[in-house]
Amino acid sequence: MRPVAVVGIGKTAFGAFPDRDLRSLAVEAGQKALENGHANASQVEAFYLGNFAGPSFVGQNHLAPYISNGIGIRDVPATRFEAACASSGSAFFHAASAVAAGLYDIVLVAGVEKMTSQTTPKVTEILAGAGDLCGEVRAGATFPALFAMIARRHMYQYGTTREQLASVAVKNHQNGAKNPLAHMRKVITMEQALAGKPIAEPLTVYDCSLISDGAAAVLIMPLERASEFTDKPVRVLGIAQASDNVALDEKDDITTFRAVQMSAEKAYKMAGVKAADIQFAEVHDCFTIAEIIAIEDLGFVPKGQGGPYSLAGGTCLNGERPVNTSGGLKSKGHPVGATGVGQICDVVQQIRGEAGERQLKRHTLGLAQNLGGSGATSVITILSAE
Amino acid sequence: MTDLGSGTIYTETVVYSPPEAYVNDVPYQLAIVELDGGRRITGRVAGERAHIGDRVKFAEFRNNVPFFSKAIDQKQS
Repeated sequence: MRPVAVVGIGKTAFGAFPDRDLRSLAVEAGQKALENGHANASQVEAFYLGNFAGPSFVGQNHLAPYISNGIGIRDVPATRFEAACASSGSAFFHAASAVAAGLYDIVLVAGVEKMTSQTTPKVTEILAGAGDLCGEVRAGATFPALFAMIARRHMYQYGTTREQLASVAVKNHQNGAKNPLAHMRKVITMEQALAGKPIAEPLTVYDCSLISDGAAAVLIMPLERASEFTDKPVRVLGIAQASDNVALDEKDDITTFRAVQMSAEKAYKMAGVKAADIQFAEVHDCFTIAEIIAIEDLGFVPKGQGGPYSLAGGTCLNGERPVNTSGGLKSKGHPVGATGVGQICDVVQQIRGEAGERQLKRHTLGLAQNLGGSGATSVITILSAE
Repeated sequence: MTDLGSGTIYTETVVYSPPEAYVNDVPYQLAIVELDGGRRITGRVAGERAHIGDRVKFAEFRNNVPFFSKAIDQKQS
């Protein structure tokens, strides 16, 4: 397999954009990634798109060629990947695998979601389609409810507290306030986070990620060709995708995501690194409890220690292991189909030293963790300075 | 319809922000119940609030959704 590099990144701002349609967001991100990678649309040999629910949110199907042709990419394969909130992580995994295998050289991967044109109950219902409609969803489960039940069990088994959950939100808002592309650029206090409106006990509105519009894209190619396009190639050192049961009540232990553990193990092995070597990470904090479980499943802290470690500041910008320096899904926003590729853009930005006031001192080896549903899909990507 | 018998609350939540289909139900308690046979099922808890470890008894199916209520006898049968 050939080493693969990311040579271009492009993101729209994440937020609520009533005047923008899905296609224009994705086209903007795609064109920015091409420009950033000093490439032309005519050089692209395949287009991979991550999108969760464009057909439900805006009624549009056949999205991949609809968008690729908007970018100016013509004639080549254009395919959409759907894996709930891991849709574009999965698109990236398959694109990187195709380049590694020698199928293509120059590939554009994008992710997009346009969510804010629907009411919150309707968005809640569409998102619930990533769960088991014949079981948990029919009973009234929403995604906040599923993660609330995960949080309750984690609190019961490990003594995780409301303050520990809230500390994740406070930290991510601190980071997001410094990110010019973030959806909610405001600092929140611990008191605010604890007193938020209840969504599904024990989670309040401050434990939940945002409903956002947005798109992200990356240009990838074999590492051996990257120097033709950029001085700062970022290497895909390890990448893996894994799957698990969709229904939460079919999982043995809901305080851990088996697919995350499996994909992390594979990605670490492929990269030849250990969890302890990872300097920083973008993790899938769709809910605060998800970030706590992520740092446990990734092996950054022992099982059950994610809460105390977060509250103690271990994951802050100046902490031992910074997590979600972008602001995470919580503050940066969570246009679900764009999130996986967006995380990869954020890690690449840190590795290149382009993260502005959020720039870390140790930034040569980073990880992105993209989770689908309540853990049925996981994609782990490990990126390094070349 | 099958009687699901008794079980224990494995985890639970109270939902305040519903999907469109259940806007008139909020707040409602949702739980994963571990049935005495070992199988887990997601359903609703009607009446008194139940917590992790509490014993519950199957009441009925409403539109294919199992409803449970907190058992008067909290000892495992």
